[in-house]
Amino acid sequence: MKQTESIYTIGGGRLAAMLFSVLVLLIFGMADVAQADAGMGGTQERIAPIGEVRLAGQPPVEVSAEPAAIQEQETQLKAAPQPSRSDYPNIGVSSRAIVWVLGQMHLFFGALVLAVPLFVLLIELVGVYTRDDRYDDMAHEFMKISLTGFSITAIFGGSLALALFLLYPDLMGYLMNVFGAQWLVYAGLFFFESFFLYVYYYGWNALRYGNLKWVHLTLGLLLNASGLTIMVLANSWATFMMAPSGVNEVGAVVGNIWEVMKGPLWNPINLHRFIANIAFGGAVVGAYAAFKFLSAKDPVKRAHYDWMGYTSNFIAILSFLPLPFAGYWLMAEIYAYSQQMGITAMGGILAWLFIVQAVLIGTILLAGNFYLWSGMSRTDGSERYKGLIKVIALVLVVSFLIWVTPHTLILSASEISLLRGSHHHILGPLGIMPAKNIAVNLMLIATFLSFQLYRRSDKVATVSWAPMGNALMVAVYIGAVVNIIFLGVYYGYFTNTVYKVGSSVAQVVTTLVVIVSGLVIDSLMFKKAKVLPSHWGRIPDRSQYALFALPIAFTWLMALMGYVRSSVKTHWHVYTVMKDNSPDNFIPTIGYAGNMITLVTVLFLLCVLFMFWVANLSGSKQPKPGAVAAGGEA
Amino acid sequence: MSVLFKTLGFSLGLTLLFTLVTYLLPQVKGEAPVEKAVDLGSLTMESFIALGDEIFHNKGTCTLCHQPAPLGRAPDIGGEDMVALANKHLADERYQGDAKNAEEYIRESLLHPGKYVVAGWGKKGSNDTESPMPMVDKPPIQLTPIEIDAVIAWLEAKDGGEVTVALPTAEAAAEVASAATADDSGKAPAPATTAEEALAKYACTSCHAMDSNDVLVGPGLVDIGSRLSKEELRQSIVDPNAVVAEGFPPAMPPDFASKMTVSELEMIVNYLAEKKG
Repeated sequence: MKQTESIYTIGGGRLAAMLFSVLVLLIFGMADVAQADAGMGGTQERIAPIGEVRLAGQPPVEVSAEPAAIQEQETQLKAAPQPSRSDYPNIGVSSRAIVWVLGQMHLFFGALVLAVPLFVLLIELVGVYTRDDRYDDMAHEFMKISLTGFSITAIFGGSLALALFLLYPDLMGYLMNVFGAQWLVYAGLFFFESFFLYVYYYGWNALRYGNLKWVHLTLGLLLNASGLTIMVLANSWATFMMAPSGVNEVGAVVGNIWEVMKGPLWNPINLHRFIANIAFGGAVVGAYAAFKFLSAKDPVKRAHYDWMGYTSNFIAILSFLPLPFAGYWLMAEIYAYSQQMGITAMGGILAWLFIVQAVLIGTILLAGNFYLWSGMSRTDGSERYKGLIKVIALVLVVSFLIWVTPHTLILSASEISLLRGSHHHILGPLGIMPAKNIAVNLMLIATFLSFQLYRRSDKVATVSWAPMGNALMVAVYIGAVVNIIFLGVYYGYFTNTVYKVGSSVAQVVTTLVVIVSGLVIDSLMFKKAKVLPSHWGRIPDRSQYALFALPIAFTWLMALMGYVRSSVKTHWHVYTVMKDNSPDNFIPTIGYAGNMITLVTVLFLLCVLFMFWVANLSGSKQPKPGAVAAGGEA
Repeated sequence: MSVLFKTLGFSLGLTLLFTLVTYLLPQVKGEAPVEKAVDLGSLTMESFIALGDEIFHNKGTCTLCHQPAPLGRAPDIGGEDMVALANKHLADERYQGDAKNAEEYIRESLLHPGKYVVAGWGKKGSNDTESPMPMVDKPPIQLTPIEIDAVIAWLEAKDGGEVTVALPTAEAAAEVASAATADDSGKAPAPATTAEEALAKYACTSCHAMDSNDVLVGPGLVDIGSRLSKEELRQSIVDPNAVVAEGFPPAMPPDFASKMTVSELEMIVNYLAEKKG
């Protein structure tokens, strides 16, 4: 009966969902999206664990029915439902694929519209302090191009909610029960966010100077406060599903809403998403600036968009640098919560995907560095540092290659015989985490060095202790590189796993020391520096493609890590308390995930193009037909 | 327009390149557990041991941690003679468990891994007093008694040891099924309605004498109401390791905060507050 009702109820949404899927499949030719089976034929290695073992003829162990004793006592405690496969509505298309696409699109735009107001507020503040209207205009333009993003976020959010309630009614019923009135708070915050957004954007010129500017900045602050509160509330649903808290072992709520929200992974995810959103937002608006730069012929406009692209790249890369550290914290908390979950992510079937992550982060770092090196052509003072760029490039490429080296490969019998084992004697050791930790830290340090050189390229220090400062900086770099390599080699290869993990923290701290030392030394050393002229717009066109590579890699990376975050729950909707018995309760292959990620990335790209187009449309004005005709006749 | 096509082409090309990388990697699919019925008529000890082998490497997820050095995060029990290892640990003076032989030791380490932690493999900072291993009969692993027996059989047999676990019988399976239904395992336990019920439910009286100052495991609580305020009592239950009574080990379970209902906690606190000797 329940099944019939479910199918009947979704009749309207079914057509829309199917049309949507067909459209998507036609556009991108990814027919396997609709397939529940993501297998890869001959090369596929299937891990098929046994579920419950029982004797033939005996009943299965009952775990879900409400015990009579509890019913009699009319208790308030309600265990998580355990739906069977037939309880999931079947609309003929993979439910997970639909939710995956909608959820990821919602997250992309959510990240963008949360991040943009954040750095817009900071840029506006810089404009107030420097009294330079260019900052204020750029901040306004950033808001303008992201404005449609709020509506797109809401459209995908609404569609996602609808899809979830239709396709996973038991799960959503349970989550509604657990989070209760928090959902209303979440919905209510959208009113606040919309209010502050529109007043902030449309009031920009009306509240531009004097005390009114501070009113405007306050509105921006409140816009960000509502946005961030929305984010952390939504994060609590995701982290509850990964590491439930405030419920007992069968999912019955025993704590208050704060205990439910404040699970062990909540704050690590909050921090990670907060930082990642800024990097992502910076990268996306950077692509806008690059596009406008390439399209513009007017040198003034090219200079403006060059500067805008530089600022966006600065935001993206600077926010990106601490991201691995937030990632370390998140993974450490995952391990602390459940070693099993941690190893599933890092050492189980999902481990391969970190090779893809390495390719993506490598792309981001190479693109970011390339853009900085290209940008040095804006100033004549950059000649001093050109020799170092080759060294940085070498470090980046070698580290990148180490990072993407897999530990094991699929080998034929003859290849194994040739290698005398399943691991190559040189590449094998490079495939494990200690080598990759060294590589990633060196890449971060090299990127910071590029950034530092770029910042120095239009300045000449005038303080008397400048040679000493430079020597100190060089010593910090050398010390850090030696320390990172020593920690990785000694603790990674000559002690057990516990020390290996511990040493990675020390490596991260070393990298942070370099970044902080560099910022402190440079800010003191170049305080009253002689500034050389910068020629905005004097940058090769090819450099702008780095600004396209960044958002594409960021978008792909976000979707990839979303796949990992969700997959570590394995066959659980809510880890350990509510099983996923749907037809899609397996971890799909990396190839299938790759298709899905490409699909959402391309969809996002198209939506962003629409967003930019709409933003520019507002500045266009059609000439009056009569005037055109008159002009023609004349 | 050419800029649009160039930038779009570049972006799509890069996206497809990333997709290509995913196809160069092994295509591994993580299946959810599926039910498997065992036919008693055809079940032999060999197939039972093979079943244990399969569970150890798949559903049990044992090999996530139990791997050879340097990758292992737990002893390499797959690579060592488990029976000999069990006997060695039983002889260790640090061993405080209840097992008397290898089979009991393996079972105990599966169901109560914290009873004995192999030196060097405890939770970080616990000085080998806490085990990082999950209890295998609880979620997310949730092995059934038959599955646990199969794993023990395989661990005993893999290095040529004698298998002491008996093959499952129809009666035993029926008992498992009925016990699981009768004791409501896996269901929400009913909240206690009185303080006495709550004390019994959380087994407080197993370690604390309520009507005397006799020391069982923890201190007697006959006059606890005169020594601690309600707030302190509440803290000592919710966060027992915040203040540990002098001369006692920090042995009280730290997870009552997530298990007790608010009303149960208040009933226990009020009950104890009235115990003034």
